Amino acid sequence: MTATAGRLRVEQIMGTAIGIDVRDTAVPEGAIDEAFASLRSADARFSTYKPESEVSRLGRGELNLDECSLELRRVLALAEQLREETRGHFDVHGHRADGGLDPSGVVKGWAVEEAAWILDAAGARNYAINAGGDVLVRGEPEPGVAWRIGIRHPLHADAIARVLELRDGAVATSGAYERGEHITNPLTGAAPQDWLSITVVGPSLTLADAYATAAFAMGSAGLAWVAAHPGYRAYGITPGDVRWIET
Amino acid sequence: MPKRGAISAFLTAIAVVLLINFKTPSQQGLAAFSRQTLTGSQSTSGSAVASGSPGPSASLPGATTQPSATTAPATTASKTFTGPAIPYYFGTAQVQVTMVNGKITAVTALQLPNEGRSAWISQQVEPILRSEVLATQSAQIDLISGATYTSEAYAQSLQGALDQAHA
Repeated sequence: MTATAGRLRVEQIMGTAIGIDVRDTAVPEGAIDEAFASLRSADARFSTYKPESEVSRLGRGELNLDECSLELRRVLALAEQLREETRGHFDVHGHRADGGLDPSGVVKGWAVEEAAWILDAAGARNYAINAGGDVLVRGEPEPGVAWRIGIRHPLHADAIARVLELRDGAVATSGAYERGEHITNPLTGAAPQDWLSITVVGPSLTLADAYATAAFAMGSAGLAWVAAHPGYRAYGITPGDVRWIET
Repeated sequence: MPKRGAISAFLTAIAVVLLINFKTPSQQGLAAFSRQTLTGSQSTSGSAVASGSPGPSASLPGATTQPSATTAPATTASKTFTGPAIPYYFGTAQVQVTMVNGKITAVTALQLPNEGRSAWISQQVEPILRSEVLATQSAQIDLISGATYTSEAYAQSLQGALDQAHA
Protein backbone atom coordinates (compact mmCIF):
# COMPACT_ATOMS: atom_id res chain seq x y z
CA MET A 1 0.00 0.00 0.00
CA THR A 2 1.16 3.52 -0.69
CA ALA A 3 0.95 6.34 1.81
CA THR A 4 -1.44 8.22 -0.45
CA ALA A 5 -4.00 5.48 -0.86
CA GLY A 6 -6.75 8.07 -0.58
CA ARG A 7 -10.31 7.70 0.48
CA LEU A 8 -12.59 6.44 -2.26
CA ARG A 9 -16.30 6.49 -1.54
CA VAL A 10 -18.93 5.45 -4.05
CA GLU A 11 -22.65 6.18 -3.91
CA GLN A 12 -25.40 5.53 -6.44
CA ILE A 13 -26.92 8.88 -7.39
CA MET A 14 -28.46 10.28 -10.60
CA GLY A 15 -28.90 6.83 -12.07
CA THR A 16 -25.21 6.08 -11.93
CA ALA A 17 -22.35 5.42 -9.53
CA ILE A 18 -20.47 8.49 -8.33
CA GLY A 19 -17.06 8.04 -6.74
CA ILE A 20 -15.17 10.68 -4.77
CA ASP A 21 -11.49 10.00 -4.09
CA VAL A 22 -9.85 12.56 -1.78
CA ARG A 23 -6.09 12.25 -1.38
CA ASP A 24 -5.61 15.10 1.14
CA THR A 25 -5.51 13.46 4.56
CA ALA A 26 -6.35 16.74 6.33
CA VAL A 27 -9.76 17.07 4.69
CA PRO A 28 -12.47 16.01 7.16
CA GLU A 29 -14.82 13.17 6.28
CA GLY A 30 -17.71 15.58 6.84
CA ALA A 31 -16.72 17.52 3.72
CA ILE A 32 -17.14 14.38 1.64
CA ASP A 33 -20.50 13.76 3.33
CA GLU A 34 -21.51 17.28 2.36
CA ALA A 35 -20.39 16.79 -1.24
CA PHE A 36 -22.50 13.63 -1.55
CA ALA A 37 -25.47 15.40 0.09
CA SER A 38 -25.18 18.13 -2.55
CA LEU A 39 -25.25 15.52 -5.33
CA ARG A 40 -28.32 13.79 -3.82
CA SER A 41 -30.04 17.15 -3.54
CA ALA A 42 -29.38 17.91 -7.21
CA ASP A 43 -30.74 14.46 -8.11
CA ALA A 44 -33.94 15.06 -6.14
CA ARG A 45 -34.46 18.40 -7.84
CA PHE A 46 -33.48 17.54 -11.40
CA SER A 47 -34.23 13.85 -11.94
CA THR A 48 -36.55 13.04 -14.84
CA TYR A 49 -37.11 9.59 -13.31
CA LYS A 50 -38.65 10.98 -10.12
CA PRO A 51 -42.24 12.11 -10.75
CA GLU A 52 -42.13 14.46 -7.74
CA SER A 53 -38.92 16.25 -8.85
CA GLU A 54 -39.02 19.90 -9.76
CA VAL A 55 -38.01 19.09 -13.35
CA SER A 56 -40.83 16.54 -13.70
CA ARG A 57 -43.37 19.01 -12.30
CA LEU A 58 -42.14 21.71 -14.69
CA GLY A 59 -42.32 19.24 -17.57
CA ARG A 60 -45.94 18.39 -16.72
CA GLY A 61 -46.86 22.07 -16.51
CA GLU A 62 -47.58 21.94 -12.76
CA LEU A 63 -44.99 24.66 -12.23
CA ASN A 64 -44.29 27.80 -14.20
CA LEU A 65 -40.69 28.77 -14.81
CA ASP A 66 -40.96 31.73 -12.45
CA GLU A 67 -42.09 29.38 -9.67
CA CYS A 68 -38.99 27.21 -10.07
CA SER A 69 -35.92 27.37 -7.86
CA LEU A 70 -33.00 29.59 -8.72
CA GLU A 71 -30.90 26.45 -9.25
CA LEU A 72 -33.27 25.03 -11.86
CA ARG A 73 -33.56 28.35 -13.65
CA ARG A 74 -29.75 28.57 -13.72
CA VAL A 75 -29.46 25.07 -15.16
CA LEU A 76 -32.08 25.77 -17.82
CA ALA A 77 -30.38 29.07 -18.70
CA LEU A 78 -27.10 27.22 -19.07
CA ALA A 79 -28.81 24.62 -21.26
CA GLU A 80 -30.24 27.35 -23.48
CA GLN A 81 -26.84 29.03 -23.72
CA LEU A 82 -25.33 25.69 -24.80
CA ARG A 83 -28.09 25.10 -27.35
CA GLU A 84 -27.23 28.43 -28.98
CA GLU A 85 -23.49 27.90 -28.76
CA THR A 86 -23.72 24.43 -30.34
CA ARG A 87 -26.05 25.71 -33.06
CA GLY A 88 -28.75 23.36 -31.79
CA HIS A 89 -26.58 20.24 -31.58
CA PHE A 90 -26.94 20.18 -27.82
CA ASP A 91 -30.60 20.55 -26.91
CA VAL A 92 -32.16 19.51 -23.61
CA HIS A 93 -35.42 18.96 -25.47
CA GLY A 94 -34.00 17.21 -28.50
CA HIS A 95 -31.89 14.18 -27.56
CA ARG A 96 -34.75 12.17 -26.11
CA ALA A 97 -36.92 10.11 -28.41
CA ASP A 98 -40.09 11.71 -27.00
CA GLY A 99 -38.66 15.25 -27.18
CA GLY A 100 -39.37 15.76 -23.47
CA LEU A 101 -37.43 18.08 -21.21
CA ASP A 102 -34.31 16.24 -20.08
CA PRO A 103 -31.68 18.56 -18.62
CA SER A 104 -29.59 15.63 -17.34
CA GLY A 105 -26.95 16.40 -19.99
CA VAL A 106 -26.26 19.63 -18.09
CA VAL A 107 -27.20 18.57 -14.59
CA LYS A 108 -24.59 15.90 -13.98
CA GLY A 109 -21.60 18.09 -14.78
CA TRP A 110 -23.11 21.03 -12.97
CA ALA A 111 -23.84 18.97 -9.84
CA VAL A 112 -20.35 17.44 -9.83
CA GLU A 113 -18.81 20.91 -10.06
CA GLU A 114 -20.97 22.06 -7.13
CA ALA A 115 -19.70 19.08 -5.13
CA ALA A 116 -16.14 19.97 -6.14
CA TRP A 117 -16.57 23.51 -4.82
CA ILE A 118 -17.62 22.05 -1.45
CA LEU A 119 -14.44 20.00 -1.37
CA ASP A 120 -12.38 23.04 -2.46
CA ALA A 121 -13.87 25.10 0.36
CA ALA A 122 -12.94 22.36 2.84
CA GLY A 123 -9.31 22.64 1.73
CA ALA A 124 -9.18 19.68 -0.64
CA ARG A 125 -6.56 20.20 -3.34
CA ASN A 126 -5.95 16.66 -4.59
CA TYR A 127 -9.04 14.69 -5.43
CA ALA A 128 -11.02 13.07 -8.23
CA ILE A 129 -14.73 12.66 -8.87
CA ASN A 130 -16.03 10.08 -11.35
CA ALA A 131 -19.73 10.37 -12.09
CA GLY A 132 -20.50 7.35 -14.26
CA GLY A 133 -17.63 8.03 -16.62
CA ASP A 134 -17.60 11.83 -16.40
CA VAL A 135 -14.39 12.70 -14.60
CA LEU A 136 -13.21 15.80 -12.71
CA VAL A 137 -9.73 15.89 -11.17
CA ARG A 138 -7.83 18.34 -9.00
CA GLY A 139 -4.14 18.28 -8.16
CA GLU A 140 -2.37 14.95 -8.10
CA PRO A 141 -3.06 11.45 -6.76
CA GLU A 142 0.42 11.52 -5.24
CA PRO A 143 3.16 14.15 -5.37
CA GLY A 144 4.65 14.59 -8.83
CA VAL A 145 2.19 12.29 -10.57
CA ALA A 146 -0.78 13.26 -12.72
CA TRP A 147 -4.12 11.50 -12.55
CA ARG A 148 -4.22 8.73 -15.14
CA ILE A 149 -7.58 8.47 -16.82
CA GLY A 150 -8.35 5.48 -19.01
CA ILE A 151 -10.70 6.13 -21.92
CA ARG A 152 -13.03 3.19 -22.27
CA HIS A 153 -12.77 1.26 -25.51
CA PRO A 154 -16.08 1.92 -27.26
CA LEU A 155 -16.50 -1.67 -28.39
CA HIS A 156 -16.05 -3.39 -25.08
CA ALA A 157 -16.60 -2.49 -21.49
CA ASP A 158 -13.31 -3.61 -20.03
CA ALA A 159 -10.83 -2.43 -22.65
CA ILE A 160 -8.93 0.84 -22.37
CA ALA A 161 -8.45 2.68 -25.66
CA ARG A 162 -6.03 5.31 -24.39
CA VAL A 163 -4.74 6.79 -21.17
CA LEU A 164 -4.82 10.55 -20.63
CA GLU A 165 -2.83 12.29 -17.91
CA LEU A 166 -4.43 15.30 -16.31
CA ARG A 167 -4.13 17.71 -13.41
CA ASP A 168 -7.00 20.13 -12.72
CA GLY A 169 -9.52 19.48 -15.42
CA ALA A 170 -12.44 17.44 -16.61
CA VAL A 171 -12.94 14.53 -19.03
CA ALA A 172 -16.28 13.58 -20.57
CA THR A 173 -17.02 10.88 -23.12
CA SER A 174 -20.07 10.45 -25.33
CA GLY A 175 -20.71 7.36 -27.38
CA ALA A 176 -23.27 4.98 -28.73
CA TYR A 177 -21.69 1.74 -27.46
CA GLU A 178 -23.77 -1.42 -27.09
CA ARG A 179 -27.04 0.37 -26.53
CA GLY A 180 -26.57 2.01 -29.89
CA GLU A 181 -27.84 5.32 -31.11
CA HIS A 182 -28.73 6.82 -27.78
CA ILE A 183 -27.54 10.20 -29.04
CA THR A 184 -29.47 11.65 -31.95
CA ASN A 185 -28.85 14.83 -33.85
CA PRO A 186 -31.63 17.16 -32.61
CA LEU A 187 -31.66 18.95 -35.96
CA THR A 188 -32.17 15.87 -38.14
CA GLY A 189 -33.34 13.14 -35.75
CA ALA A 190 -30.66 10.85 -37.20
CA ALA A 191 -28.14 8.86 -35.19
CA PRO A 192 -24.65 10.04 -36.17
CA GLN A 193 -22.41 7.38 -37.72
CA ASP A 194 -19.09 9.25 -37.73
CA TRP A 195 -17.81 8.23 -34.31
CA LEU A 196 -17.91 5.34 -31.88
CA SER A 197 -17.13 7.78 -29.10
CA ILE A 198 -15.88 11.29 -28.51
CA THR A 199 -13.90 12.36 -25.46
CA VAL A 200 -13.53 16.02 -24.51
CA VAL A 201 -10.96 17.38 -22.04
CA GLY A 202 -11.18 20.89 -20.61
CA PRO A 203 -11.53 23.06 -17.53
CA SER A 204 -15.30 22.64 -16.98
CA LEU A 205 -17.00 19.25 -16.67
CA THR A 206 -20.38 20.76 -17.57
CA LEU A 207 -19.02 22.16 -20.82
CA ALA A 208 -16.86 19.12 -21.61
CA ASP A 209 -19.93 16.91 -21.23
CA ALA A 210 -22.11 19.14 -23.40
CA TYR A 211 -19.38 19.60 -26.02
CA ALA A 212 -18.85 15.82 -26.24
CA THR A 213 -22.57 15.27 -26.84
CA ALA A 214 -22.76 18.11 -29.37
CA ALA A 215 -19.60 17.01 -31.20
CA PHE A 216 -20.96 13.47 -31.46
CA ALA A 217 -24.18 14.82 -32.95
CA MET A 218 -22.29 17.11 -35.35
CA GLY A 219 -20.46 14.19 -36.95
CA SER A 220 -17.20 14.66 -38.80
CA ALA A 221 -16.91 18.37 -38.01
CA GLY A 222 -17.31 17.78 -34.26
CA LEU A 223 -13.67 17.51 -33.19
CA ALA A 224 -12.61 20.75 -34.88
CA TRP A 225 -15.61 22.51 -33.42
CA VAL A 226 -14.56 21.51 -29.88
CA ALA A 227 -10.93 22.48 -30.49
CA ALA A 228 -12.03 26.00 -31.42
CA HIS A 229 -12.87 26.54 -27.73
CA PRO A 230 -9.80 27.76 -25.80
CA GLY A 231 -8.67 25.17 -23.27
CA TYR A 232 -10.64 22.27 -24.76
CA ARG A 233 -9.35 19.27 -26.69
CA ALA A 234 -11.30 16.48 -28.34
CA TYR A 235 -10.53 12.87 -29.19
CA GLY A 236 -12.63 10.66 -31.42
CA ILE A 237 -12.67 6.93 -32.10
CA THR A 238 -13.86 6.01 -35.58
CA PRO A 239 -16.08 3.05 -36.48
CA GLY A 240 -14.82 0.46 -38.92
CA ASP A 241 -11.08 0.80 -38.55
CA VAL A 242 -11.38 1.85 -34.88
CA ARG A 243 -8.83 4.62 -35.01
CA TRP A 244 -8.00 7.24 -32.41
CA ILE A 245 -8.19 10.80 -33.80
CA GLU A 246 -6.92 13.84 -31.92
CA THR A 247 -7.47 17.55 -32.42
CA MET B 1 -34.74 4.73 -23.18
CA PRO B 2 -32.98 2.49 -20.70
CA LYS B 3 -35.18 0.49 -18.36
CA ARG B 4 -34.69 1.30 -14.73
CA GLY B 5 -34.52 -2.33 -13.71
CA ALA B 6 -31.93 -3.13 -16.31
CA ILE B 7 -29.88 -0.07 -15.52
CA SER B 8 -29.84 -0.83 -11.83
CA ALA B 9 -27.97 -4.02 -12.61
CA PHE B 10 -25.25 -1.92 -14.22
CA LEU B 11 -24.79 0.50 -11.38
CA THR B 12 -22.90 -1.68 -9.00
CA ALA B 13 -20.77 -2.79 -11.91
CA ILE B 14 -19.86 0.79 -12.73
CA ALA B 15 -18.90 1.29 -9.11
CA VAL B 16 -16.64 -1.71 -9.44
CA VAL B 17 -15.01 -0.17 -12.51
CA LEU B 18 -14.22 2.86 -10.39
CA LEU B 19 -12.43 0.56 -8.00
CA ILE B 20 -10.51 -1.38 -10.61
CA ASN B 21 -6.87 -0.57 -10.40
CA PHE B 22 -4.91 -2.11 -13.26
CA LYS B 23 -1.74 -2.00 -11.21
CA THR B 24 1.16 -4.32 -11.27
CA PRO B 25 4.76 -4.04 -10.12
CA SER B 26 5.87 -5.09 -13.56
CA GLN B 27 6.82 -2.28 -15.91
CA GLN B 28 6.86 -4.46 -18.97
CA GLY B 29 4.01 -4.10 -21.37
CA LEU B 30 3.05 -2.11 -24.39
CA ALA B 31 5.09 0.98 -25.02
CA ALA B 32 1.82 2.75 -25.61
CA PHE B 33 1.12 2.57 -21.91
CA SER B 34 4.57 3.25 -20.61
CA ARG B 35 5.09 6.28 -18.45
CA GLN B 36 8.45 7.03 -20.04
CA THR B 37 6.65 8.24 -23.14
CA LEU B 38 4.98 10.99 -21.18
CA THR B 39 7.80 13.50 -20.90
CA GLY B 40 6.49 16.97 -21.54
CA SER B 41 3.13 16.24 -20.01
CA GLN B 42 1.50 19.50 -19.16
CA SER B 43 0.09 20.61 -15.86
CA THR B 44 -1.87 23.60 -17.05
CA SER B 45 -5.57 23.65 -16.50
CA GLY B 46 -7.55 21.53 -18.85
CA SER B 47 -4.63 20.02 -20.70
CA ALA B 48 -4.02 16.38 -21.29
CA VAL B 49 -1.49 14.18 -22.97
CA ALA B 50 -2.36 10.95 -24.67
CA SER B 51 0.08 8.31 -23.56
CA GLY B 52 2.45 7.28 -26.28
CA SER B 53 0.31 8.72 -28.97
CA PRO B 54 2.28 8.50 -32.21
CA GLY B 55 0.27 11.08 -34.10
CA PRO B 56 -3.08 12.55 -34.84
CA SER B 57 -4.47 9.24 -36.05
CA ALA B 58 -3.41 5.91 -34.63
CA SER B 59 -4.75 2.40 -34.45
CA LEU B 60 -5.87 1.42 -31.01
CA PRO B 61 -3.57 -1.14 -29.46
CA GLY B 62 -6.27 -3.77 -29.24
CA ALA B 63 -7.42 -3.33 -32.80
CA THR B 64 -4.42 -5.12 -34.17
CA THR B 65 -2.90 -6.97 -31.24
CA GLN B 66 -3.61 -10.63 -30.88
CA PRO B 67 -3.89 -12.26 -27.49
CA SER B 68 -0.67 -13.64 -26.17
CA ALA B 69 0.90 -15.21 -23.10
CA THR B 70 -1.88 -17.69 -22.61
CA THR B 71 0.46 -20.52 -21.72
CA ALA B 72 2.07 -20.77 -18.32
CA PRO B 73 5.60 -22.10 -18.01
CA ALA B 74 5.48 -25.78 -17.18
CA THR B 75 7.69 -25.34 -14.16
CA THR B 76 5.44 -22.76 -12.50
CA ALA B 77 2.13 -23.42 -10.83
CA SER B 78 -0.71 -21.56 -12.50
CA LYS B 79 -3.93 -20.82 -10.68
CA THR B 80 -7.32 -19.97 -12.14
CA PHE B 81 -9.90 -17.75 -10.51
CA THR B 82 -13.47 -17.67 -11.74
CA GLY B 83 -15.49 -14.49 -11.36
CA PRO B 84 -19.19 -14.49 -10.54
CA ALA B 85 -21.72 -14.86 -13.35
CA ILE B 86 -23.12 -11.34 -13.72
CA PRO B 87 -26.53 -11.05 -15.37
CA TYR B 88 -27.18 -7.84 -17.26
CA TYR B 89 -29.38 -6.36 -19.92
CA PHE B 90 -27.98 -8.35 -22.83
CA GLY B 91 -27.22 -11.65 -21.11
CA THR B 92 -24.67 -12.98 -18.66
CA ALA B 93 -20.96 -12.32 -18.36
CA GLN B 94 -18.54 -14.56 -16.51
CA VAL B 95 -14.77 -14.27 -16.63
CA GLN B 96 -11.94 -16.56 -15.58
CA VAL B 97 -8.44 -15.29 -14.85
CA THR B 98 -5.29 -17.39 -14.91
CA MET B 99 -2.34 -16.19 -12.86
CA VAL B 100 1.24 -17.34 -12.67
CA ASN B 101 3.46 -15.89 -9.94
CA GLY B 102 0.92 -13.16 -9.24
CA LYS B 103 0.75 -12.00 -12.85
CA ILE B 104 -2.27 -12.40 -15.09
CA THR B 105 -1.40 -14.65 -18.00
CA ALA B 106 -4.84 -15.29 -19.44
CA VAL B 107 -8.36 -13.92 -19.29
CA THR B 108 -11.12 -16.20 -20.53
CA ALA B 109 -14.77 -15.39 -20.99
CA LEU B 110 -16.72 -18.41 -19.75
CA GLN B 111 -19.99 -16.73 -20.63
CA LEU B 112 -20.81 -13.78 -22.84
CA PRO B 113 -24.08 -12.76 -24.48
CA ASN B 114 -25.10 -14.99 -27.37
CA GLU B 115 -27.92 -13.00 -28.91
CA GLY B 116 -28.07 -10.24 -31.49
CA ARG B 117 -25.61 -7.41 -31.70
CA SER B 118 -24.02 -8.26 -28.39
CA ALA B 119 -23.16 -11.72 -29.67
CA TRP B 120 -21.51 -10.14 -32.69
CA ILE B 121 -19.51 -7.87 -30.43
CA SER B 122 -18.59 -10.80 -28.20
CA GLN B 123 -17.33 -12.89 -31.09
CA GLN B 124 -15.46 -10.10 -32.83
CA VAL B 125 -14.06 -8.21 -29.93
CA GLU B 126 -13.57 -10.64 -27.09
CA PRO B 127 -10.09 -11.67 -28.33
CA ILE B 128 -9.14 -7.98 -28.54
CA LEU B 129 -10.57 -7.37 -25.12
CA ARG B 130 -8.60 -10.23 -23.66
CA SER B 131 -5.35 -8.90 -25.10
CA GLU B 132 -6.06 -5.43 -23.74
CA VAL B 133 -6.66 -6.71 -20.25
CA LEU B 134 -3.28 -8.36 -20.48
CA ALA B 135 -1.72 -5.19 -21.86
CA THR B 136 -3.23 -2.70 -19.47
CA GLN B 137 -2.20 -4.54 -16.34
CA SER B 138 1.14 -2.77 -16.61
CA ALA B 139 -0.42 0.68 -16.46
CA GLN B 140 -1.95 2.12 -13.35
CA ILE B 141 -5.28 3.74 -14.13
CA ASP B 142 -6.85 6.00 -11.53
CA LEU B 143 -10.20 6.56 -13.25
CA ILE B 144 -12.10 5.45 -16.32
CA SER B 145 -14.03 7.82 -18.58
CA GLY B 146 -16.77 6.41 -20.78
CA ALA B 147 -20.29 7.02 -21.89
CA THR B 148 -22.95 5.95 -19.45
CA TYR B 149 -25.66 3.40 -20.23
CA THR B 150 -23.12 0.70 -20.95
CA SER B 151 -22.86 -2.78 -19.64
CA GLU B 152 -20.02 -3.29 -17.23
CA ALA B 153 -20.90 -6.86 -16.36
CA TYR B 154 -17.70 -8.19 -17.88
CA ALA B 155 -15.68 -5.84 -15.72
CA GLN B 156 -17.62 -6.82 -12.63
CA SER B 157 -17.00 -10.51 -13.16
CA LEU B 158 -13.34 -9.78 -13.91
CA GLN B 159 -13.07 -7.81 -10.68
CA GLY B 160 -14.60 -10.73 -8.78
CA ALA B 161 -11.98 -13.03 -10.22
CA LEU B 162 -9.19 -10.58 -9.36
CA ASP B 163 -10.50 -10.17 -5.82
CA GLN B 164 -10.22 -13.92 -5.36
CA ALA B 165 -6.76 -13.89 -6.87
CA HIS B 166 -5.55 -11.20 -4.45
CA ALA B 167 -7.35 -12.57 -1.41
